Amino acid sequence: MALLQTLHLEHLPSSHAIHAALYRDIKNATHLQQQLLNGNTDFEYAFIDAGVIVSKIHALAAAYRAVNDLLENRLRSRNVHSEIVFSLSPNNNIAESFRRFGITPTTTNLLIIKVSTPTSPAAASEVQEHLTSSIEGEQVPFEDSVLSQMTDVARIKKIYKLNSGGGGGKKTGQVNGAKGDERKELEVLVLGAMALRGVTN
Amino acid sequence: MKTETKQAVNKQRVLPPVFQYPSAAVPLLITQGAEALLYRSTYLLPSIPCALKYRPSKPYRHPILDVRLTKHRILSEARVLVKCKREGVPVPAVYALDEAAGWLMIEWIEGEVVRIRLNEWLKRRKDEDLAEGVDDEQLLELMTRVGSAVGRLHAVGVVHGDLTTSNLMLRPRSREGLNGDLGAAVNTLEGDIVLIDFGLASQSQADEDRAVDLYVLERAFGSTHPRAESLFGEVLREYGKSFKGANVVLKKLEEVRMRGRKRSMIG
Repeated sequence: MALLQTLHLEHLPSSHAIHAALYRDIKNATHLQQQLLNGNTDFEYAFIDAGVIVSKIHALAAAYRAVNDLLENRLRSRNVHSEIVFSLSPNNNIAESFRRFGITPTTTNLLIIKVSTPTSPAAASEVQEHLTSSIEGEQVPFEDSVLSQMTDVARIKKIYKLNSGGGGGKKTGQVNGAKGDERKELEVLVLGAMALRGVTN
Repeated sequence: MKTETKQAVNKQRVLPPVFQYPSAAVPLLITQGAEALLYRSTYLLPSIPCALKYRPSKPYRHPILDVRLTKHRILSEARVLVKCKREGVPVPAVYALDEAAGWLMIEWIEGEVVRIRLNEWLKRRKDEDLAEGVDDEQLLELMTRVGSAVGRLHAVGVVHGDLTTSNLMLRPRSREGLNGDLGAAVNTLEGDIVLIDFGLASQSQADEDRAVDLYVLERAFGSTHPRAESLFGEVLREYGKSFKGANVVLKKLEEVRMRGRKRSMIG
């Protein structure tokens, strides 16, 4: 089974396929980040710190938004890949979003997303080949069960300001009783925060 | 026949790109309000159902105003939903939006609206020849859940703006309901209350706005389910317990009942 996943998201043109690969214990984060900073065109990827990703849906939601914004000609950052990282952010600070969600020298678990577009098509096999030769780390399946072991829930709650402790007498009336899956709940709150990014007016 | 094809062509033309890009199933039109079209579709993966709410532009509005209103309404609905979700009010989650294109994608809520379930329940009782007030614990219990959900909504500083029995969903409680014996005593009134359609919602802590919400709901129960009206007191009783200040709202409700939903503009 191929570890690289290729997806066609709902409500996106079939020409815009999404490739996703997950790596554990990467050793060359500094080098990889440098390629982005240098604008090396061989490294047109969204490099995401897997620690701030709740689930597959979380990551795919960012990809969806970035591609939709690409199609609507309103990217706010350099390209669709940096836009994916920026799409994870709950606010409009692009540099901050890279620091929080993007690769940093201390990143160990790395989620990589590559968008294939009509102007620069990328076949799964080529992407896999290039990643295999560039990433020093263990490739693991892009699945919730694997991602969840990497997730730093406290950090995510902090970034998305979901520390419900303060005031408001939280959840005084858990209206329908029974609390559901905590991970699912976190995911839903994160998706909402992302969707509202940039919302003014 | 002719008008049908015409309409289809028309729709094809006005729908934004999101509708034209492929999805596992073509978005299915569920309902159409004065302002928005509601479709059932999928988000990201074929396995995740979503509700896709599209606000078409209104040809009779000035184009600049039209764009502004559409944007404003989509954003305010999304903002209110996110706030509610965060505070634990049972509402659909927000998945994605494109205010410029005029659409909002939210969680698909399974189940049926209270209006339909209540009618079924009342009809069955009629068929079984049960008198009012006999064995109506299920209805009482539903009213309690409604009161609690509305109370929770108001407690976080949101008013719904169009609180009717068609905007309250009854979502089946996961699994148990499905495995349970369907034959004998299925309770059509069972399920979690989920508040839907926040198109007219706003952030407000005013007793007046809250009381109007309750008044509209009371009228909705009264007009479509006359036999349920008598039990509306149960909604109010639970509501009164749900947050500090709820009793002031109940007082205000008496005032609203006397004059109707609109406030007098005289004096």
